[in-house]
Amino acid sequence: MTTDATTPQIPAGPRTLGKVRPHQTQNEALVFEMSSPGKRAYKLPPLDVPAVDAAALLGSAHRTTPGLLPELSEVEIIRHFTRLSTWNYAIDLGMYPLGSCTMKYNPRVNEYVARIEGLAEAHPYRPDSLAQGILEVIDLLQRCLLEITGMDAITLQPAAGAHGEFTGILLVRAWHESQGNARKKILIPDSAHGTNPASAAICGYTVENLKSNAEGGIDLEALTRQVDEETAALMLTNPSTIGVFESQIAKIADILHAKGALLYMDGANMNALVGKARPGDFGVDVMHLNLHKTFSTPHGGGGPGSGPVACKAFLEPFLPTPVLVQSKDGTKHWNYDRPHSVGRVRAFYGNVGMFIRALAYILANGPDGLRQTTEDAVLNANYIRKKLEDDYELPYKTASMHEVVFSDKRQAALGVKTGDIAKRLIDYGFHPYTVSFPMIVHGALMIEPTESESLEELDLFIAAMRAIAREVEVTPELVKTAPHSTRVSRLDEVQAARKPILRWRPAE
Amino acid sequence: MRYLPKSPAERQQMLAEIGAASIDSLFEVIPAEYRLERDLNIPRQQAESEIIDYFRAAGQKNATGYASFLGAGAYRHYRPVIIDSLVQRGEFLTSYTPYQAEITQGTLQAIFEFQTMIAELTGMDVANASMYDGSTGAAEAVRMAMRVTRRDKSVVAATVHPEYREVMATYSQHEGLASAVIGYDAETGRVDLAALAAAITEETAAVLVQSPNFFGIIEDIPAIAELAHAKGALLIVSIAEAVSLGVVRPPVEADIVTMEAQSFGVALSYGGPFCGVIACKEQYLRQMPGRLVGQTVDGSGYRGFVLTLSTREQHIRREKATSNICTNQALVALMATIFLTVYGKEGIRELAEHNLAKADYAAKALSAQSGVKLRFTGAPRFHEFVLSTVESPTLWSQRLLDEKIVGGVDLGRWYPELGNATLWCATELITREQIDTAAKVLAEGLVEA
Repeated sequence: MTTDATTPQIPAGPRTLGKVRPHQTQNEALVFEMSSPGKRAYKLPPLDVPAVDAAALLGSAHRTTPGLLPELSEVEIIRHFTRLSTWNYAIDLGMYPLGSCTMKYNPRVNEYVARIEGLAEAHPYRPDSLAQGILEVIDLLQRCLLEITGMDAITLQPAAGAHGEFTGILLVRAWHESQGNARKKILIPDSAHGTNPASAAICGYTVENLKSNAEGGIDLEALTRQVDEETAALMLTNPSTIGVFESQIAKIADILHAKGALLYMDGANMNALVGKARPGDFGVDVMHLNLHKTFSTPHGGGGPGSGPVACKAFLEPFLPTPVLVQSKDGTKHWNYDRPHSVGRVRAFYGNVGMFIRALAYILANGPDGLRQTTEDAVLNANYIRKKLEDDYELPYKTASMHEVVFSDKRQAALGVKTGDIAKRLIDYGFHPYTVSFPMIVHGALMIEPTESESLEELDLFIAAMRAIAREVEVTPELVKTAPHSTRVSRLDEVQAARKPILRWRPAE
Repeated sequence: MRYLPKSPAERQQMLAEIGAASIDSLFEVIPAEYRLERDLNIPRQQAESEIIDYFRAAGQKNATGYASFLGAGAYRHYRPVIIDSLVQRGEFLTSYTPYQAEITQGTLQAIFEFQTMIAELTGMDVANASMYDGSTGAAEAVRMAMRVTRRDKSVVAATVHPEYREVMATYSQHEGLASAVIGYDAETGRVDLAALAAAITEETAAVLVQSPNFFGIIEDIPAIAELAHAKGALLIVSIAEAVSLGVVRPPVEADIVTMEAQSFGVALSYGGPFCGVIACKEQYLRQMPGRLVGQTVDGSGYRGFVLTLSTREQHIRREKATSNICTNQALVALMATIFLTVYGKEGIRELAEHNLAKADYAAKALSAQSGVKLRFTGAPRFHEFVLSTVESPTLWSQRLLDEKIVGGVDLGRWYPELGNATLWCATELITREQIDTAAKVLAEGLVEA
């Protein structure tokens, strides 16, 4: 094991570990436990119409038992949620290297413009004549995303990546049906996200597993064997979940197309490609994007996202209704007359607030900024790979793009697993990487730094990972019982699942 | 580029340490013919001030300052200021799904509070952490009922939001799920109970109704539940207007409630992001889609929260999962949680009563004009109502726009049998003056005619 003189060591000192030192967090009860009758945080204006007798108007439909919502004052509510917020880690606090999740900086101007009154308060059924501003925003975003992906047509309706997968496979199915046979199966590599098979199943397809080759990529021979006249599509993540670009992509597309099957691309990893390569140029027929990954809209503790689906022209007739069209006078409208459409996948037009944020990000970057962003994301991942490959096992030596996947092989031999290392990373002030995924790597450590990390932050992360590798050798118990610096230690997940307590109830 | 924290020298230093000759060498794995050797044809890089100018102009082009009687699944309610103050805290805004429980207790506890509030309001035992929206929630609830009952037919009321019905049809079309649509009583606007009774069979997995329904009418849930349960089908109640629960009896006879929680402090934002949620009776929990937060303890016995029952979910079960949902609407659910904390037990009732009063006044004032008739008067309403006009809606709606008022939604697209019918909504934000002006404009049409 070597120590690199250029990498900063973990600073020593009382109560400090790398970039962090403990500070107090406030204890806070459940909001219901703090409630007391008669407290108020609201005031309605006086009613300017006659009051009504709700019981008389509603009869047996009148609610007589109120829901047990809390009763608090405004200052208590601010403190409650502010205190809770301090229990979270966030991109705003530091590096969040969750592989496959693209935890990049969420620019604040995005939040600002999404709240501009004329956009935030627009009702979805307002007449098109009063909605031209938002329709132009949607149109410009669509055109930008088509240029970025190299595709021909797009829908922004899907609310998240998995919803986009569902939509994309619906398009695949509709096209096959138009050719006379819906076909039966979807091929999915064993390295894929769990959403891929789950989405294919809802579309009525059986899922056939495609084993990865020794490099973690698509095995062309296996693919050739498995693609037949009943194969509807291959769902391919490119770059793959081990961060590797499928350099045989053209051959993959050819093998599929020769049998009439389509190539679906899971665009979860587009942060490795924007401005550098376009799926539409390398044989992809249909794909989804994650605006909450590649295009900087916030993850918000789990959502909302947005999962636009872009496709080649031959799939355009099948896009969900409505689609945005432009009249000769330049005004924009929703077209509902789409006889071949797969139908709606969501009410209204999608997570429009996310469209605004994504477009703000694209405008802030421009073509040069987007390219530089991709380059920096790939540079960061390769830098981490280089600096950690002496301490952690690299199962696939293939060139990395935006993320790098190690395994815990060396540490597991000493009884310490990827999940333990992840928990110890918390003590060093970092959010863990993605643990135990992709499944083709036993004990995976999946690290995606994104472009948003400075050299200083990367070096601190590397130093922390190296320090943990030393701890595994010297004091493995310290790692196996981590984290040691958090409000709560490891939580009993077995108990949570065995006797689920999913809500507060008042004491008897 | 202002979001990128590296100097040119640092990039060079990093390349040198990697042992790469240039940044392009890191992209050589992409075959040369697929490497983009030109600039993307998108707008040039803009200053922050230019971005704000662009979106402000778009907002102004959208026309602001209109009073609105639009509802139909997206409702304008007052949003307390502290909602945006709190959800813009970076610790909420910029964190991921709380898989690492030790450093996401804030999000986890807030979701636990959300689940509790939704269960309390809907009269169900448990609620999940959110779905994309009301329409996809309804579609997922039907799929859930299929799994619970192992049956493959559903019966859906025509008074369910038409776009929700379209989404349900999209979701179920390839899973062999057949759906029957049941019409409504021409007098009451409620689902036709006789037709409903006739349609439910031993093969029916779910009966799905919306209440208040798309016409704003409150359905007779106990009667519908009896019909469904008599044949062993589950009753799913879809709620598009969550504020109604402040004053409308919750559908406690339902097995599954699927709700759009947008009314709880979420901006209209031209239709999204909104906040779906599914709640159900405890015995159906294992078939629930989406994330669930559960209470547990840590090694020292402190209370804490974790994502739980994840063996239902796609990252574990893949094609056998209860749903493909991964990303949900967590931050929007947080908005709803804060909204419900602000209004609280008394406020949600008072707010709902204000809506009831405004709509009652508006329905009377507008239908008092000659040539205007209130439809569906035989059953209780919440804050929406249907008007039939002698004059075509395209005529009076233009006159209303001239007065800076957006009138009701034209129902012709979905219910052509209703003729010149429009769906109006009056929330607490509409004023008496605006209602009176709208009434005057409706009356003018007939004078001129």
